[in-house]
Amino acid sequence: MKYVSEFRRGDVAKALAAEIARLATVPMNLMEVCGGHTHAIFKFGLPSLLPPTIDLIHGPGCPVCVTPRDKVDKAILLARRPDVMLTSYGDMLRVPGSASSLMLEKGRGADVRMVYSPLDALRLAEQHPHKRVIFFAIGFETTAPSAAMAVLKAQAQGLTNFAILSNHVLLPPMLKAILDSRDVKLDGFIGPGHVSTIIGTRPYRFVAERYGKPLVVAGFEPLDVLQAILMLARQLREGRSEVEIQYTRVVKPEGNPVALRALGEVFEPCHARWRGMGTVPTSGLRVREKYAAWDAEALYPDLEVTSEVADPKACECGDIVRGAKKPWDCRIIGTVCTPQTPVGACMVSPEGACAAYYKYGRLHVERQQPTPVG
Amino acid sequence: MCLSVPARVLAVHDAQWATVDVGGTSKRIAIDLVEGVQAGDYVLLHVGFALQKIDEAEAESLLALFDEMVQAEDQALAASPVTPSPPGRGPG
Repeated sequence: MKYVSEFRRGDVAKALAAEIARLATVPMNLMEVCGGHTHAIFKFGLPSLLPPTIDLIHGPGCPVCVTPRDKVDKAILLARRPDVMLTSYGDMLRVPGSASSLMLEKGRGADVRMVYSPLDALRLAEQHPHKRVIFFAIGFETTAPSAAMAVLKAQAQGLTNFAILSNHVLLPPMLKAILDSRDVKLDGFIGPGHVSTIIGTRPYRFVAERYGKPLVVAGFEPLDVLQAILMLARQLREGRSEVEIQYTRVVKPEGNPVALRALGEVFEPCHARWRGMGTVPTSGLRVREKYAAWDAEALYPDLEVTSEVADPKACECGDIVRGAKKPWDCRIIGTVCTPQTPVGACMVSPEGACAAYYKYGRLHVERQQPTPVG
Repeated sequence: MCLSVPARVLAVHDAQWATVDVGGTSKRIAIDLVEGVQAGDYVLLHVGFALQKIDEAEAESLLALFDEMVQAEDQALAASPVTPSPPGRGPG
């Protein structure tokens, strides 16, 4: 398939890996921010191509994984209302709230529907005028413009039974929180490819200029990730800290101004709580008052959920999502916590680090030194 | 959430809608977020919306760079008398 297969060539992967090995003669701790990158790294077996000096640390770029339990509880309360149809992306359906999940509620008779796009939710609202169709809006800046467009289209159509429950979060404030956190030691970042398609690279300048860490925005095919690692290794060897774009075929330094305008029209920043990181200032998006008629928070202000619902003690998602621990550090991965019986969101979401580790068979700590071939 | 796929534009219906081919399936998608979309363009498709056009020139340029790297690596291996051991941790 064009723009896919060319970026998966094995001979190129070997050439990139050889060049990385030549450059990475000292330890380099690189965080891949985005859950899609975590998944790509394991799906294509990239760690086995990299020298032992490179440690890939998985960051909190999985919007499903960082959704706190009480947000899921809110969606559940709405779903239980007989006048509501709760629509959601598939990966949120099995995320545990404090006592249930949207999937379980569906089993108990709630009208919960999986959708691929906010446009599907819009269509359902058109088809079901007697129900309030609420769209559980999750995702970073990649996805928020699409939710914004859904609200604008609802307004243009005069649709009064459509609303979104906004749980969008912003990536650059999260990066700052990671950089300020003392227990994660990082040398550079593999930057999120599709968030950057929207926001461009200017929002990351503080990473290089104030914190002195290089950041390379990477695509999601294996050759993209390898080339980004190569570009980071080169920067570290040359003592540079810059924001670079590896994914030049879709990421422009200015991002997508049309999408940013739509996002800014419908949403405004707010404080948001992230699972495992607590409150990160101005890291969330809420619907502007102008669009209150399409904002589930404004339409249902009295939803009572316990805030700060803690994860079960054994669940290490909080530390894993920040990169402070690896999935194999968790005592319950693969035993109590599996994709069929997830305890934490890192296992439920296909982009979660734990789901990736489980799927690709990395449940045990690997030796840091390569076994001598003899 | 980061999941986006390349899609080829088959037809543009108006400023808001187009039909694309994604992996052999045709699909109606929203193009409100990208200006100047034309039939034959490739776009990045995410939750039913085009997010950006794929810059073919940039893609070609990167693939050409990859070809050069492979050639350089092949030449380096041919010139070296000892087969180097592969980098990495072994079976991962």
